[in-house]
Amino acid sequence: MMDMSQYLEIFIDETKEHLQGLNQSLLQLEQNPEDKSVLNEIFRVAHTLKGMSGTMGFNKMAKLTHDMENVLQALRNNQLSITSRLVDLLFKCLDALESYTENIENSGGEGENDYNDIIIELNNSIESKPSEIVQPAKSAAVKSEKKVEQQMYPTSNFKLNQYEQNVVNKAIEMDMNAYKITVILNKGCVLKSARSFIIFQTLERYGEIIKSVPKVEDIEDEKFDFEFTVVCITKEAPEVFDRSINGIAEVDKVIVVPLEAMDIKNCPRATDMSLAEDTQSEDSNNSQHEPEKKEEDNKGQNAQMHKAKTGKTVRVDIDRLDVLMNLVSELIIIKTRLEGLEIIDNSQTYDEAIEYLERITTSLHDAVMKVRMVPVEMVFNRFPRMIRDVSRELGKEIRLNMSGEETELDRTVIDEIGDPLIHLLRNSADHGIESKEERAQAGKPAVGQINLKAYQDGNNVVIEVDDDGKGIDLEKIKKKIIEKGLVKKDIVSTLSQKDIINFLFKPSFSTSDKISNLSGRGVGLDVVKTKIEQLDGVVEVETETGEGSKFIIRLPLTLAIIQALLVVIGSEKYAIPLNSIKEIIKITPDQIKNVQKQDVVLLRNTVIPIVKLGEILEVPEDDKEKKNLTVVIVKKGEKLSGFLVDSLIGQQEIVIKSLGKLLSGIKSIAGATILGDGNVALILDVNLLAV
Amino acid sequence: MEDKSNSVSRQYVVFKLGKEDYGLDIQKVATIERIMPTTRVPKTPAFIKGVINLRGDIVPIMDLRSRFGLPAAPETEDTRSIILKIDDITFGIIVDEVDEVLQLTDDSIENIGNIATDLAVDYLMGVGKVNDRIVTILDVEKLAKIDEEENES
Repeated sequence: MMDMSQYLEIFIDETKEHLQGLNQSLLQLEQNPEDKSVLNEIFRVAHTLKGMSGTMGFNKMAKLTHDMENVLQALRNNQLSITSRLVDLLFKCLDALESYTENIENSGGEGENDYNDIIIELNNSIESKPSEIVQPAKSAAVKSEKKVEQQMYPTSNFKLNQYEQNVVNKAIEMDMNAYKITVILNKGCVLKSARSFIIFQTLERYGEIIKSVPKVEDIEDEKFDFEFTVVCITKEAPEVFDRSINGIAEVDKVIVVPLEAMDIKNCPRATDMSLAEDTQSEDSNNSQHEPEKKEEDNKGQNAQMHKAKTGKTVRVDIDRLDVLMNLVSELIIIKTRLEGLEIIDNSQTYDEAIEYLERITTSLHDAVMKVRMVPVEMVFNRFPRMIRDVSRELGKEIRLNMSGEETELDRTVIDEIGDPLIHLLRNSADHGIESKEERAQAGKPAVGQINLKAYQDGNNVVIEVDDDGKGIDLEKIKKKIIEKGLVKKDIVSTLSQKDIINFLFKPSFSTSDKISNLSGRGVGLDVVKTKIEQLDGVVEVETETGEGSKFIIRLPLTLAIIQALLVVIGSEKYAIPLNSIKEIIKITPDQIKNVQKQDVVLLRNTVIPIVKLGEILEVPEDDKEKKNLTVVIVKKGEKLSGFLVDSLIGQQEIVIKSLGKLLSGIKSIAGATILGDGNVALILDVNLLAV
Repeated sequence: MEDKSNSVSRQYVVFKLGKEDYGLDIQKVATIERIMPTTRVPKTPAFIKGVINLRGDIVPIMDLRSRFGLPAAPETEDTRSIILKIDDITFGIIVDEVDEVLQLTDDSIENIGNIATDLAVDYLMGVGKVNDRIVTILDVEKLAKIDEEENES
């Protein structure tokens, strides 16, 4: 009837979501073992996963969740109490389920591993395994209320047409039963049509379905709310249906009502059958009745669709978004080009049209950017578990506090930011937070705190990782610097705190005495720095001995399109990203002073080093003596530098393009952009050029 | 060697540079373009002429004369950029003139390097002979490598 493969993607996404929820619930359960609501939540998720995987035919996964469910059921019934061993076991289950999901995602199959060890362990943890999951006892009570309840469900409010009633009558004549079965699905059920497919299959095992409201096609297309009603002819007793359908996951309620033989004359005429002997009155009756009903149906459907729309999402391949983004970029380029055109007939309508185009491209760009934005939660949500595992491994008590998970970043950045954050968090847990004894000695609370915070700051997103540990041991770094012969002994003492900390980001520089498998391999922090810089971001460190340390990552909101200042150096054009420009000043050549072989200029009592871009970029000289110099003041972190340029063209929205792999090694150039006239201008890398 | 592999024939894009004919495996040639305005890129070897805007993509352009140590020649109507693509590296080379596409069997290409007269010997893959013509087959992958020593010039 239905092809399951179309549900696979939904299944994977759904499962991932559920597993993430499970992860969080398990962590909560570990904190409050007494909290029954958490336990119920875990049970619910396990149950849903079991149903989902069973639906999709992933039997190993279903088996594992089934056994998991048994243990959880025992816990709920107080037959078992929660031990840390049990929580570990549940975490193991979670890991196994995650690896199943990964397999399914990569290969379409769940793989060979059936995690027998976990299953045995699960079964061992309950000595007396309950044979069946106890069905909620309410089904008996439900039965008596059935008649009333029937009214509440719109899909059950239908009359059989003559043809259908005829079939029912015949069946009853033949000593068979006819039931009207209304199935109400759990409101949280997302694979509705797949679920219904299973229900239909189950029903068909026991009897024949002669009618379905809504139609089977509509159910397949998910064009129904959370309920549907079928008429089924069978030899079985109503309890059979009650039991078997209730046993399917995500079914909220099943109402089975026996149908009686009825005179077919009292039934509405079957619309798809033309019966010549129809009476006039019936005809008019029908024609009045039917459209009304249809209208109602339509209304109902509209309401449903409306309801569905709120919160409906489309999952799109990131590549498609990239294509869209590229097209927007092209549009911006051509817009810039139009702006630059000197139209002889410089009429007002032309200007207006250009302005309008400008507005549209800007909103289009914003819209596309927004589509690409993803909350950092996507990365953050795996950290609580990681910290839990790490703290156990280290024998420390660590608490991870996260905030600002809703802060959004470009998808490409999100994909890359995970590893650096893992490094930093592990670093905090391993090097930052002291052992229990040390903390007791220092008079600190036994539980160490690591805070992970994300927030937006102008055109940047800032992510901070700080801990209340012992802080960075500057003396230790100094010793290491001397040991490694990086700087001479007498100079080390003159280095500032910042300079010393910067050594931490040098490749293969580790201060940890013992090498653990967490950190101390000396590959961590330089990898962090490289990665963040690749993303056009910066890392800063603040530390206070005995108080803790804080790593601050600053990332640009977007990578593809930026505002830039176009400048002229010699006969060449360059772009300087606007967000790193502080101000622009005009000076005369004699204002440039030379201090310790460094050209500087004095701006409001601040000494600012001057970078002569023409020399550094090897721009062919024109020998004109200039009376007025333009200096673009840029900021690199807290420091200011002045870039000496020949003249300014103006501010422009530019699309950043890579120089390609062949020229990837070039420092001082961050990329290139295409100008309105089709020529290429290079984008200066302010961080590398600034002194 | 096996006979089969020797008789495999490939197509080569043949171009002129100075007095010599050179060939490039057609599989590595993306397009052939007229000369476009280039933007100089600082801190690159002298033979990197700069980058061009190739229909929205930024493509580095190499001056092959300069790389082979030949004297510079003025641009003419026939001057072309051959855009090459290997794996994820795209770049162009400036040549005096693009001639034709030749079909050469592998056994008509000799693996001897001492025939070539100029620096091109470093980028040589073999020498192909068609009738009386000699076509020097270039190794595109070697062209795509910029050595560290060359980098600062």
